[in-house]
Amino acid sequence: MKDIYAWAAIGLIVLTSTTGDVLLSYSMKRVGDVGELWKRRGVLAVVGRVLRTPTFALGLMAMGIAFYSLLFGLSWGNLSLIVPASASLSFAANAVAARIFLHERVGRRRWIAALLVAGGVVLMAV
Amino acid sequence: MTFRKYLVLAGITVFATAGDSLLARGMKDLGNVNVSLHNLSALLLAILNPWVTAGILLLLAFFACYMSALSWADLTYVLPATSLYYVLVALIARFGFHEEISPTRWLGIALIAAGVGFVAAGPSVTPSRRHLDSHEPCRDAVSQEVKS
Repeated sequence: MKDIYAWAAIGLIVLTSTTGDVLLSYSMKRVGDVGELWKRRGVLAVVGRVLRTPTFALGLMAMGIAFYSLLFGLSWGNLSLIVPASASLSFAANAVAARIFLHERVGRRRWIAALLVAGGVVLMAV
Repeated sequence: MTFRKYLVLAGITVFATAGDSLLARGMKDLGNVNVSLHNLSALLLAILNPWVTAGILLLLAFFACYMSALSWADLTYVLPATSLYYVLVALIARFGFHEEISPTRWLGIALIAAGVGFVAAGPSVTPSRRHLDSHEPCRDAVSQEVKS
């Protein structure tokens, strides 16, 4: 029974952290290269423009929910299950979500990299 | 990719590792805290610990670098390229906190390092399919300014 809670927490963490990463990446692409903007307008313009992007706040909120799901998940399941399972599934979910929602071209090179890293994260927890 | 951009990617891994290590060091002072609503005050007071405060400041630096990287590189590039974080954390656990690292863990470290090398050797940003299809120029605020 406890396992179901742990996997529910893992599912929630993967869902919210992927949503957060995609929203934050989308927002920063809308803002554009912040290094360039910093050189032209100064650091305040960078902060102002990032904060005025509505999807940025949504992304932060999703990251916050992911963080608290992790805390509650850790109280239901083992550290050695929750952290590696959610981290490696997030790598795969991010590759799929970036392809669908951000229209990134996830070629063979990036798929292999994402799967190598996801596999490595699992092994590190064994 | 310029040298400055590689520095930002390195900043993501280093700040995240150092921030997490300082947090771990600070939380050891507090002893075992069961994460639940009853211990909320203990968790809130944890930020007064100097190690924890320093850790949070470094994690803020990590977040700034992460946002900067996402402004000029693909998400599917930034995430694998900065996963050396897992390797650095393991090394700090081994040599800083004297935790044991099993052979399977070393194998995991090797896989992650291989993944990082794989993605870092490729392009950091790919033209989106939508832009390619319609030959539409980049619509982000900064590139429009640069043009005008």
